[in-house]
Amino acid sequence: MTADAPGTDGVPLLVLDGVTKSFGAVAALRGVHLALHAGEAHALVGENGAGKSTLVKILAGAHPPDAGEMTLDGQPLRLRGPADARAAGIAVIYQEPTLFPDLSVAENIFMGRQPLRGLRRIDSAAMHRDAERLFQRLGVRIDPTRPARGLSIADQQLVEIAKAISFDARVLVMDEPTAALSGVEVERLFAVARSLCERGAAVLFISHRFDEVFDLCHRVTVLRDGAWVSSDPAADLTVDEVVRRMVGRDVSSLYPKQAAELRDTLLEVRRLTRAGVFTDVSFSVRGGEIVALAGLVGAGRSEVARAVFGVDRYDAGEVLVAGRGVPAGKPGRAIAAGMALVPEDRRQQGLVMELSVERNATLARRRALSRLGLLLGGAERAEARTWTRRLQVKAARLGAPVATLSGGNQQKVVLAKWLATEPRILIIDEPTRGIDVGTKSEVHRLLSELAGEGLAILMISSELPEVLGMADRVLVMHEGRLVRELPRAEADETSIMFAATGQGVTA
Amino acid sequence: MSRTDAGAPEQIAGNAPTDPDRRRRGLTERLLAVRELSLLIALGLLVLVTTLRNDRFLSGQSVKDLLLGCAILVILAVGQTLVIVTRNVDLSVGSILGLVAFATGSLFLSAPGTPWPVALVVGVALGALCGVVNGGLIAVARVPALVITLGTLYAFRGVDYYWASGRQINAADMPPSFLRLGNQTVLGVPVLFLVALVVVAAVGYYLRSYRSGRELYAIGSEPAAARLSGIPVGRRVFAVFVANGALAGLAGVLYAARFGTLDAAAGSGLELQVVAAAVVGGVAIFGGSGSAYGAALGAVLLTTIGSSLAVLRIDPFWQQAVVGALILAAIGLDRLLALRVAARLRGRSARDSSDA
Repeated sequence: MTADAPGTDGVPLLVLDGVTKSFGAVAALRGVHLALHAGEAHALVGENGAGKSTLVKILAGAHPPDAGEMTLDGQPLRLRGPADARAAGIAVIYQEPTLFPDLSVAENIFMGRQPLRGLRRIDSAAMHRDAERLFQRLGVRIDPTRPARGLSIADQQLVEIAKAISFDARVLVMDEPTAALSGVEVERLFAVARSLCERGAAVLFISHRFDEVFDLCHRVTVLRDGAWVSSDPAADLTVDEVVRRMVGRDVSSLYPKQAAELRDTLLEVRRLTRAGVFTDVSFSVRGGEIVALAGLVGAGRSEVARAVFGVDRYDAGEVLVAGRGVPAGKPGRAIAAGMALVPEDRRQQGLVMELSVERNATLARRRALSRLGLLLGGAERAEARTWTRRLQVKAARLGAPVATLSGGNQQKVVLAKWLATEPRILIIDEPTRGIDVGTKSEVHRLLSELAGEGLAILMISSELPEVLGMADRVLVMHEGRLVRELPRAEADETSIMFAATGQGVTA
Repeated sequence: MSRTDAGAPEQIAGNAPTDPDRRRRGLTERLLAVRELSLLIALGLLVLVTTLRNDRFLSGQSVKDLLLGCAILVILAVGQTLVIVTRNVDLSVGSILGLVAFATGSLFLSAPGTPWPVALVVGVALGALCGVVNGGLIAVARVPALVITLGTLYAFRGVDYYWASGRQINAADMPPSFLRLGNQTVLGVPVLFLVALVVVAAVGYYLRSYRSGRELYAIGSEPAAARLSGIPVGRRVFAVFVANGALAGLAGVLYAARFGTLDAAAGSGLELQVVAAAVVGGVAIFGGSGSAYGAALGAVLLTTIGSSLAVLRIDPFWQQAVVGALILAAIGLDRLLALRVAARLRGRSARDSSDA
């Protein structure tokens, strides 16, 4: 799909030249150069912490650059705030959705730009109609009148996308928009992005999924440690080459799951049912085994994990740890039985963003660390140091708030938090969502090591290479049911996708 | 651009999009309606029970007293709604009311010929000025509004005391045309209440139907996202405090007209009643949701409880306890509604995405 880009020879639509930005002592961007051409999709890749999100914030007008110049149509562009960026025709889809939970979906899309009728009043009928039309164009069904609160991450992301395409953007910036989307939704998003390109818009696409990058984009810019590395036509590049430039080294083994000796069954789930969410789900995980739960977004995988861990209730069925029943709806008991859950949405469910790295890392085991009910700083720090070192968390210091870390390092802190409880069973939901390649393989190596130590690991993942590389067994869910179980030898992309889309299901 | 629909596949034809707009009101709006309906039911039950015990409760005079009694609280609660919706709070409204009321009396004292509309404008302007002080301090100091307005609560009251220096202004010092405003009726409805109704309708309509009104909800719902979507957060919050100050000023003028006798303590402690009325009326204290209509109903309910307990000859001590219980019940109801809606929405969301 790397078609000849129209207008590549002409003047670029948007140019960033020598853009530099520091936060305190940390240089997030150092003299970055980027030229976006009309009618062209441009990929921005780099490890987490390479400065991609900072660049997005600068384009969005949320951060002013410390130095450097921006031009739009050859004219100097100065953004004093997000409103300026919007007025200049720059639309941004952020990595983490930024919705107003109390307002309706349609209002979220059109905030500040609602269609008006007489006396400058909002025309809500027209607003809902427009929103409905946007969703049809994206091919999704979301009720525009419902509040945004309670939308799944994928749906939130779709609302963000609808918002971005709702105004005639000349530049569309997408910061990992596909992380939470299913394959069909990604295809629709790309169709919209391509039609925007055809009409002369420039698209900046940020993703860790190289198949998507090469599918959509004409040109690829690589950032490393806040600095510009290269910009080349996508046709001249290979995935290996891009990865090498991103990390500055060869990534030899992306998915290093080692064969581990299988021990006794540690986790057993029998006929778990929650009305309307999942039905009759049974499986077991043995010590030393990694079992992947695959399926499309919305198939009910995370919901099963939450129910097993006791965060959500279930209507029927039982959960056994090492042959002993664990009561429903009691995460405390699940933790005591040796279970740990690393959730999908780390910002909301896994971390207290304002607290320090060490506080977060030891949050799940404060009781074990406290003496006579007092939490001693020394013990906390020692514990945090052990795990953050083992996981190679990159933080300025352990006292720094977690919010200041990059996404990959936040994920490591969540892992550290749960590993510190010394679990026997680890349930991990999308372990590498939004994480750069380097950190990804670190997380994979760690999971493999843990399995080798006898942990039972249940891994939910939407990335097929990860599932295929890591799992000893693959369970596939479709619309709330477990439809297929594939041993490692039989699992491949086709067999999993076949089951996940609900085709040829007999089991 | 949504008109061109270049990428849109054929579903458009199969799925008439305009049809649902007319029939179903938006889910988000329906939730608000449920909340307001529950207040109306509570109010109806209260009036019914009280009337069964004492049928004079629904007599013309008693209803008139009730409407007169709640008018000022309604105006303040509506103003407070503007503020709370943006995830702020203004505790200084009682002091602003007291200051403006005393200023109004002093104006008539020093310039006896002043026509009352002039006094009204001066009072509203003075209230707005107090709002400018609040909003300005919040914008400059970047300290939560709770702390700033706690400070100005005492500061404005202090100015009031200094100015009054123990004096009292009596009804005799004010022109009769002004005092008539305080208890005149039109078709049996007190003018004060009509003024409150106009305020409720105007603010309620503004919050629902104007872009800047909706932006106030956005600010309270998720301040960071509001900033990213280009909403001038600082300017809106400043404006909200000025508007609330102006409404407190209006309430102060009406207070002077109604009671006639003014000292520096007028309106002391009123701020907590105002916040209580808004919370009972379904305005979420963490911002982002609630309506002016709900807050007004909350104010009416609180006032009605006061007078119905008096009619039922219940110890005034219990009035406080009942208000407390009501606040807790309102919060409980909100929580219950939120849980039920969340459960429903979750089911719906799972269904939607599995279709996709």
